[in-house]
Amino acid sequence: MLQDQDRIFTNLYGFQDWGLEAARKRGDWDNTKAILDKGPDAIVDEIKASGLRGRGGAGFPTGLKWSFMPKESDGKPTYLVVNADEGEPGTCKDREMMRHDPHKLVEGCLIAGFAMRASAAYIYIRGEFFVEANNLEAAVQQAYDAGLIGPDACGSGYSFDVFVHRGAGAYICGEETALIESLEGKKGQPRLKPPFPAGVGVWGRPTTVNNVESIAVAPTIMRRGASWFSGLGRENNTGTKVFCISGHVEQPCNVEEEMSIPLRELIEKHAGGVRGGWDNLLAIIPGGSSVPMIPKAVCDDVLMDFDSLSAVKSGLGTAAVIVMDKSTDLVRAIARLAQFYTHESCGQCTPCREGTGWMWRVMERLVRGDADVSEIDMLLEVSKQIEGHTICALGDAAAWPIQGLMRHFRPEVEARIIERKTKQPAAA
Amino acid sequence: MKRVPAPPDRQPDSFAFTAENVEAANQIIAKYPPRRQASAVMPLLDLAQRQHRNWLPQAAMNMVAEMLEMPRIRVYEVATFYTMYNLAPVGEHFVQICTTTPCWLRGSDDVVAACKNKLGIELGETTADGKFTVIEVECLGACVNAPMVQINDDYYEDLTAESTAAVLDALAKGERPKVGPQSERHASEPAGGPTTLHEFTQTDSRGEG
Repeated sequence: MLQDQDRIFTNLYGFQDWGLEAARKRGDWDNTKAILDKGPDAIVDEIKASGLRGRGGAGFPTGLKWSFMPKESDGKPTYLVVNADEGEPGTCKDREMMRHDPHKLVEGCLIAGFAMRASAAYIYIRGEFFVEANNLEAAVQQAYDAGLIGPDACGSGYSFDVFVHRGAGAYICGEETALIESLEGKKGQPRLKPPFPAGVGVWGRPTTVNNVESIAVAPTIMRRGASWFSGLGRENNTGTKVFCISGHVEQPCNVEEEMSIPLRELIEKHAGGVRGGWDNLLAIIPGGSSVPMIPKAVCDDVLMDFDSLSAVKSGLGTAAVIVMDKSTDLVRAIARLAQFYTHESCGQCTPCREGTGWMWRVMERLVRGDADVSEIDMLLEVSKQIEGHTICALGDAAAWPIQGLMRHFRPEVEARIIERKTKQPAAA
Repeated sequence: MKRVPAPPDRQPDSFAFTAENVEAANQIIAKYPPRRQASAVMPLLDLAQRQHRNWLPQAAMNMVAEMLEMPRIRVYEVATFYTMYNLAPVGEHFVQICTTTPCWLRGSDDVVAACKNKLGIELGETTADGKFTVIEVECLGACVNAPMVQINDDYYEDLTAESTAAVLDALAKGERPKVGPQSERHASEPAGGPTTLHEFTQTDSRGEG
């Protein structure tokens, strides 16, 4: 179990003040100039060496991503954009960082922005996080007033601005190119890639989009060194991670733990265990709503990291652990997610726009058992026709929960259909 | 709630920012690079909605279009795409109940029932006195404090049927109930106290949450 001294988000729960003075006591903004003095390339190398992988779901190596930004300036601005449009069902970690520890993010913006030679950072925060945006904006202002950002940030001679931009209720804007469109004042509809944002991003300029957590951990990694971070977790899955444990546990919570912690240990140590005991567990969605569920037998010994969860055909995603005990109607649980994706599809690609609604309607019938067994295969086939055939990953995200349900619990879905048929024979 | 704009007879003929909001709008526009003022469309629509009893009339969209030198249709697209813009009048207390799976697992059905019973309306409706509108929304990102609702700008978390009713009662009386968890919890730590961060959670200087 991770020791408190190795935790990055020491004010995750907001028991202390979020402001600059308290943040400094917790170690933020401590001689940031010395970090900047190492130079952009040294910072990128350190982040690469730490093994940090993006905390927003895809797990792309963060240092490598930063290195894609142009090294030579053409005299025009380039941007860091922080994806704070947290909306993946089950996920509520960035919110806590922004309202309780915003200076970690603001300092991270400066360090990451400097490392990628960006001129400014725009933090795109979901519109519903009103209190969080207020704290963040106040923290940005405190940093300006103290000379930590702005012209000559931290006395480094480097000029860097940080702006907060509020969204207005669209899950799709968590997709990086939709977020860029939205930041430009348009509907949040994803762009085709290539060109990638590092070449053509917001306002046509090179841009890197990173999750809040990826940016907020950077200052601590720079202070404590890549080897400290890479010494936590295991190879290719390093560092600490904030997990969100929701659903049928005794004590739902957010908690920062070591990457690769066994799922069962995570739940039993911090969330008080599964409601009614571990044997009352039915299934878990381990990485936010978009990743396929895993049944208890897999949960028994799986580790919470990128590689372990992908080996069991699921994913770490945002590390949002949604626990479902034996009382759960899993078909209902997944039908509700199908409704979510239908609501959030931006409407740009036909397979997603039409397919998400179609899958939701079939799932609603499966909840009642009002279907034919052969329709399960049809549903899976349609899910495959959506997956991989859309501009962004929302289509995939809508397909995977249904595929996960059928992979592990198809007999239960069939049983419900057969039971209904037995009770209501030949209703015309 | 169907996102249908208010009918013409409920749309005001004109809309203008207050002097204070003109100042705020100019500060917002200054956040973005020169000639990229269209980026301010979302915050300006939000500002207009806040000035106009939490709904966005077409006249306000037209004013924002003019202010940002955007074709009106581009502003309408934004206003209709993002769900936080209310295109028709809503109650003084705009109750948004999260019913996505993590909240549903923790009893959002009870919260929905409590709202319907207390207010005597269905989802998507507004009470006759105009005090409350209740709608169902997608994940609001407070899943470890489920079930929860957002009322105007505030989150009310760790709800039960009883505490939901108590929050609505308080609002109806013109009080401002405590925001955040309606349980003993401070924020998103485990109930009963944190399992981590002992040095940082036993302090007198509690944050605002």
